[in-house]
Amino acid sequence: MEKIYAHPQSLYNVSSHYCAGCGHGIAHRLVAEAVDELGIREKVIAIAPVGCAVLAYDYWNFDCTEAAHGRALAVATAIKRVRPDNVVFTYQGDGDLAAIGTNETIHTANRGENLTVIFINNAVYGMTGGQMAPTSLIGQKTATTLKGRDPALQGYPLKISELLAQLPGVKYVERVALISPAEINKARQAVLLALRNQIEGVGFSLVEMLSPCPTYWGMSAQAAMGWIKETMIKEFPLGRIK
Amino acid sequence: MINVHIDGQRCKGCYLCIAVCPRKSLGVAAVLNKKGVKPVEFKKGAECIGCRFCATMCPDCCIEIEKE
Ligand SMILES: Cc1ncc(C[n+]2csc(CCOP(=O)(O)OP(=O)(O)O)c2C)c(N)n1
Repeated sequence: MEKIYAHPQSLYNVSSHYCAGCGHGIAHRLVAEAVDELGIREKVIAIAPVGCAVLAYDYWNFDCTEAAHGRALAVATAIKRVRPDNVVFTYQGDGDLAAIGTNETIHTANRGENLTVIFINNAVYGMTGGQMAPTSLIGQKTATTLKGRDPALQGYPLKISELLAQLPGVKYVERVALISPAEINKARQAVLLALRNQIEGVGFSLVEMLSPCPTYWGMSAQAAMGWIKETMIKEFPLGRIK
Repeated sequence: MINVHIDGQRCKGCYLCIAVCPRKSLGVAAVLNKKGVKPVEFKKGAECIGCRFCATMCPDCCIEIEKE
């Protein structure tokens, strides 16, 4: 029997708490597959965010810790400096990385720490009930923008990846979308490169994943994938930013 | 012969896999699982070409594929 697709070793064989069709499950699997492929399961240390992925350590079969909301990159800095031979990555939502944690995100990137960031952009605060995130689109209805995000009141969708790419300490930034087998395979390659960069000492690497939240977008899983493709990508174009 | 194993108890019924199968070999089971959703099943007599699209889409890692 030859396995054409086998469950990754770096992912526990358990059911997750994520909603049906949630992109976090796809992202967790991609990270696990990349860790397996690079053979670094015993070397990797993940920092889980506050947000829907707060329990990532229940799913990844490697060392994980958890940081206060938004502070994952500060914790990652400390761990990487103390244990430079480990491969340290953060996994953060848009509320975590681009709202409450903006300070830690920008300064860690600006210091050019040799870290890897997996950034899940689902355009809402999932864990707390679908409130507006900095990445919510103009006109997007959320629990706190009932008539849709209005730039006059709430500003514009924050393109934190483009902002970070301006910093000399940042070496690799790519935006991918978890919407189809082809795009998910590109996302897997991006995760591999972002981890490889750290192993080779290249420096701060970030992969932003446009990721569906069917529950708080009020759509079926299939429609959520369509919304990313038709609407979200227009605001957040895919591809290598740096 | 290629076998598709679907963990029907873990399936949450997002059906993203059904939409991407190029041979339309996946369908919805008649009976609810423990989560209370009708899980995905491999249709009787259907064909699998081993493209992995279903396993690549599945957010819950419910699908394994084997070649005999
Ligand atoms: C200091 C602090 N402030 C606020 C919260 C409440 N809180 C928990 S998760 C969250 C937002 C999470 O959104 P995001 O990072 O986009 O992740 P998602 O849940 O969408 O994956 C907030 C505001 C908190 N836990 N701690």
